[in-house]
Amino acid sequence: MSQSRHAKDPLAVTPKELSGAQLDELLTIIAGFEGVEGAALPILHAIQSAFGYVPQAAVPILADKLNRSRAEIHGVVTFYHDFRSQPAGQHVVKLCRAEACQSMGGNHVAEVVEAGLGIGMGETTADGRVTLEPVYCLGLCAVAPAAMVDGRVIGRLDEAKAGALIAEVAP
Amino acid sequence: MTLRIFVPGDSGALAVGADEVAAAIAAEAGKQGLAVTLVRNGSRGLYWLEPLVEVETPAGRIAFGPVTPDEVQELVAGLASAPADPSPPGEGPPRSGGGGVGASPEEPHPSQSFARIPSPLEGRDRAAAPFTSHPLYLGPTEDISFLKRQTRFTFARCGVIDPLSLEDYRAAGGLKGLQAALALTPETIVDQVTQAGLRGRGGAGFPTGIKWKTVLAAEGPRKFVVTNADEGDSGTFADRMLMEGDPFVLIEGMIIAGLAVGASHGYIYSRSEYPHANRVMEKALAIAESAGLLGMDILASGRTFTIELRIGAGAYVCGEETALLESIEGKRGQVRAKPPLPAIKGLFGAPTVINNLLTLASVPFILAEGAAAYAAVGFGRSRGTMAVQLAGNIRHGGLFETGFGVSLGELVEDIGGGTATGRPVKAVQVGGPLGAYFPPSLFDTPFDYEAFAARDGLIGHGGIVVFDDTVEMAQQARFAMEFCAIESCGKCTPCRIGSTRGVEVVDRIIAGHDVEADAALLADLCDTMKFGSLCALGGFTPYPVMSALTHFPQDFGIVPPNGRMEAAE
Repeated sequence: MSQSRHAKDPLAVTPKELSGAQLDELLTIIAGFEGVEGAALPILHAIQSAFGYVPQAAVPILADKLNRSRAEIHGVVTFYHDFRSQPAGQHVVKLCRAEACQSMGGNHVAEVVEAGLGIGMGETTADGRVTLEPVYCLGLCAVAPAAMVDGRVIGRLDEAKAGALIAEVAP
Repeated sequence: MTLRIFVPGDSGALAVGADEVAAAIAAEAGKQGLAVTLVRNGSRGLYWLEPLVEVETPAGRIAFGPVTPDEVQELVAGLASAPADPSPPGEGPPRSGGGGVGASPEEPHPSQSFARIPSPLEGRDRAAAPFTSHPLYLGPTEDISFLKRQTRFTFARCGVIDPLSLEDYRAAGGLKGLQAALALTPETIVDQVTQAGLRGRGGAGFPTGIKWKTVLAAEGPRKFVVTNADEGDSGTFADRMLMEGDPFVLIEGMIIAGLAVGASHGYIYSRSEYPHANRVMEKALAIAESAGLLGMDILASGRTFTIELRIGAGAYVCGEETALLESIEGKRGQVRAKPPLPAIKGLFGAPTVINNLLTLASVPFILAEGAAAYAAVGFGRSRGTMAVQLAGNIRHGGLFETGFGVSLGELVEDIGGGTATGRPVKAVQVGGPLGAYFPPSLFDTPFDYEAFAARDGLIGHGGIVVFDDTVEMAQQARFAMEFCAIESCGKCTPCRIGSTRGVEVVDRIIAGHDVEADAALLADLCDTMKFGSLCALGGFTPYPVMSALTHFPQDFGIVPPNGRMEAAE
């Protein structure tokens, strides 16, 4: 414990989570933001886009490169809903749970999707195929209820459309 | 010449099949030998008619909608079979379709050129029949009542032009405001904005001119302009629509703000929930840069302005201006105590103009048309127009830009057409998740900052979410507290702990134990949150909670069931 806390080289405390090639990729991503002020969020987005999540190993490295404490970077990663500590399923289904979607039966649609996938909000199916997440507003409030499946937007969801959505991501 | 057909690329339209319709039109036009240029415009904001397909004719654009891929064959056949117009073809300049998908443009069919499409305005002509008899025919777009009744200053081009064509933007009056601003002193620009009476459109309604004046007067080696495009409120989508439908108006507004206060760099803080909008914005920034609109020498004026797009990471509280600044700085999105104001000590400690996207996008009109033209519209101290967003359980959901002062009832019942389900309206939430729930008995409230505040509500970012009589208001109050608990940044106790305790109290009320005492406790808790929280998240969560309790006590078990109809009226 004390050894890792006082280690000068952050790479020395890196858990064996990343391969050498992955470590290189991580360092390349961070290097790409040199000179960008307040780069933590853009870097974390880039890491998640490359790895599918933010590996624990990235935290001390990022802290070192940005001259911030590990606690601070850990705080940033955990503060924002977007950043994952585990890879998501192959498909990510985001269901809007906010008021406009609620007013059009969004809660019922959410129940249908949860039952159809056999998981709750924030969970991933056992086969790793689908991750279901709540989202608070996709800006599709006039075509509610709405969802986003792998970045594709879907409006006016009803039971039939929810069924088609489930069949598509979890055949 | 080829026929120009507009199919929105707006995500609200995409969500109901616009891409499929566009692909079907391209395929069908190819099959039927009709030369077509597809333009992916923004949305006009008539979402119940999306996908709204428009066809350009010499007499203006005519609309069809909502179009499904199944109906495309008939639609294209109607266009293709239009008999030759005896009048000579129109001589408009050929136009390129920007981001459009061309359907065999290299092979225009000689007998089916653009100019031969008969005008729907000459509807008596039999030639017009294929248009007017089409089941989805809506007539000239501009004549659709929902659109015709609006006063569009900020959204004048949204849904009309190709969002990524700077040429279209300029032709439709874009950059006039910037050209005017380049000839003015910073003081004069600030003065114009002040004279226009523009107030922040994000919710607080603070006078924009005063904010800018403070930044102009502030000393600092560098200053910033920050656009708050973190539109997290449910029921609001105006920022998204504008980024997708007219991104250059925001860029122009930010440059003008930069000229006004002496800033040469700006940030747009948008949301990860808006991937389509962010893609359009990113492209627009690149186009503006390569055209010399952004950079070291904007429009060859010797002035410098650059813009960076930053994307949030799913934290509602980052819509609060000081949390947003922290987030751009790469920190947790926790609010800062004010003072110091961001105008004095903002981003990276420098004087910063931070405005809502709609505020900055209103500025080009003011500079182009004059402060008086803007101030001439409005109500009381709320000048200009507001982008009202009609959402939720509403028949005619969409964007309605209008001068302040229109009544809530007119917006919901008349313009919005009542509920989509056809059931009676029970409540409307105005101003997002932190806005009050109003019963129909308050529908005479004029849309105006002060009028809503006088009735313990707020107009926020202009979103109106309609609920029919199936909604349970105690559950909505619970959701408001729960949302606050999920999204609290945790910095101040009333918000962080009050919201969790709030969920518990509402749960006890719903369970029916000692309801009167718990209702009193809830009111007390709301009072503490309202006056003790650092920012609007904790401070305004009491609005939905208390309005639900005040206007719908029967839903909390406070009035016996026979009092229900009376209170729900």
